[in-house]
Amino acid sequence: MLYNEPSPLETKVLTRRFGLPNSATLKTYLDTEGYQGFLKAAKMTPEQIIDEVKVSNLRGRGGAGFPTGMKWSFVPRTSPKPKYIVVNGDESEPGTCKDRVLIENDPHQLIEGVLIAALSVDAHKGYVYIRGEYRYLIDIMDVAIADAYAAGWLGKNIQGTGFDFDLYTHTGAGAYECGEESALLESLEGKRGVPRIRPPFPAVSGAFQSPTILNNVETFCAVPSIIRDGGAAFAALGIPKAGGTKMTCLTGHVNKPGVYELRLGFPVKQMIEEVGGGIRNGKKLKAFVPGGSSCPVLTAAELEGATMDYDSMAQRKTMLGSGGVIIMDEDTCMVKAALRIMKFYAHESCGWCIPCREGTTWLRKILDRFHAGQGVRSDITLIGDLAKNMLGRTFCPLGDAAAMPTISIVEKFRQEFEDHLDGKPCPYEHAEHMVTV
Amino acid sequence: MTFSPELEARFEKFLTSYPPGRQRSALIPMLLYAQDELGYISDELIEEIAKRIGITTLTVNEVLSYYSMLHKKPLGKYHVQVCTNISCLLMDGDKLWDHACKKLGIGHKGVTEDGQISLEEVECMGACSWAPAIQVNYDFHHKVTPEKLDQLLDTLRKKQ
Repeated sequence: MLYNEPSPLETKVLTRRFGLPNSATLKTYLDTEGYQGFLKAAKMTPEQIIDEVKVSNLRGRGGAGFPTGMKWSFVPRTSPKPKYIVVNGDESEPGTCKDRVLIENDPHQLIEGVLIAALSVDAHKGYVYIRGEYRYLIDIMDVAIADAYAAGWLGKNIQGTGFDFDLYTHTGAGAYECGEESALLESLEGKRGVPRIRPPFPAVSGAFQSPTILNNVETFCAVPSIIRDGGAAFAALGIPKAGGTKMTCLTGHVNKPGVYELRLGFPVKQMIEEVGGGIRNGKKLKAFVPGGSSCPVLTAAELEGATMDYDSMAQRKTMLGSGGVIIMDEDTCMVKAALRIMKFYAHESCGWCIPCREGTTWLRKILDRFHAGQGVRSDITLIGDLAKNMLGRTFCPLGDAAAMPTISIVEKFRQEFEDHLDGKPCPYEHAEHMVTV
Repeated sequence: MTFSPELEARFEKFLTSYPPGRQRSALIPMLLYAQDELGYISDELIEEIAKRIGITTLTVNEVLSYYSMLHKKPLGKYHVQVCTNISCLLMDGDKLWDHACKKLGIGHKGVTEDGQISLEEVECMGACSWAPAIQVNYDFHHKVTPEKLDQLLDTLRKKQ
């Protein structure tokens, strides 16, 4: 089902079946050009499939934005080892709830994307890793997989193409870190979700130490339309170097929060005002997070001329990320926001790398003390320094993810930290101790 | 140990879903689905799963301690999980959490005396656009107000 009304400003590619009766069923899928991309790909060479994905300018939708066609081309197709396809459905970056609606409303689109990826590297087994909290999506996916087997879209000699492929769901059990690709692979192997040293990257040594294509749910879901309608058509929806659409989750203080599919390069102001219906209660915007809580925050002034794409956000020293947009109005306490974000990363740090494990914990303690009015002036610099010392010093990006928003909040909203000094209560509420350290 | 036929069928499927010699991959799914049936992960269950996969109980313990959804103590029959992460916080998820604690008279990971309801403050559960959100066992509830939460908790208290 849909949890919010669609917007007329959306460009419906991945969400084209949303709202159709029984959109998750195989019948609806087949009635609406479903699996046509796979049948077309089955007649193409692996090189042609990868080239088409390259032409589409599809970039990884999980947050890193790496060009998908290039990622697939790194898989050594002639390796004697079996190859695997792994879907990252561990969606857990705060602010992000888009993979959820993609699986819920159109699971066969994901299966088709996986099948096309499998053709491109000659893989015959795949796993859809879904976070444990999304149990109902695992059930939906299991039904879709069973229906696909029954109708000959999975299994042996799929639709007479001679191609075999088996697909399984795999549940997580509560760990943000498992959204990081190498930690996810550890978890898939029944281990603690701690990251691996890279290189080798998953393309060469991924699941079960074999060559693996590992992409986000949304990335795979974009593939059927790319093959069906051509990479150029997908590329044309976006901007140069970034093709297609982005599933965008509007969260926080907007009138119409929801998940919307917007073309890459969509103007940020229009997104907030027209798609999101503006800031609620007629308030002003204070801070904007483009794609999940790990992104550096932007001020209202920095959004002048900004568009929702990789380059526009990089120019503003932040990231498009996962598409989890977090909008904070003028009444938001930025110290409290920084504290809550840090509390999350401290909880989720796997403990493998000391700068992350110790840094997040100490920052959480300092921010908690600070928000409670027990901070001293030197803490403001200390917070920024501690965070900067985590940057680039950990195996996986979790340390950076914790540091980046913190640094940006301290630098851009320093006055709010000053306002909490000298035992003053939080100006935005009566100094309640939000977190028990 | 004996399990329901449904769980046995799941175990069978998990143990054959992975490449030969990679049965350990079934560990986390087996633990989670077994917990759903038995309420928590007992030492007896750990031994049974270790035996079926062919790994040590130490390995099982090492892995399960990492995952926040795996519990070695019984939870309430209805496990109420309140998200207070940033998108929910902006929509007063923290106040909802305080409200739940007061209403039930228990705190983080507490269980009511009758064993009916347990409470946990959780991290982002992927309902950010429909905040504040809670989960009761695996069911999502979106845009929850204190009033809606009161009604829900009253129902859960009596529900079999």
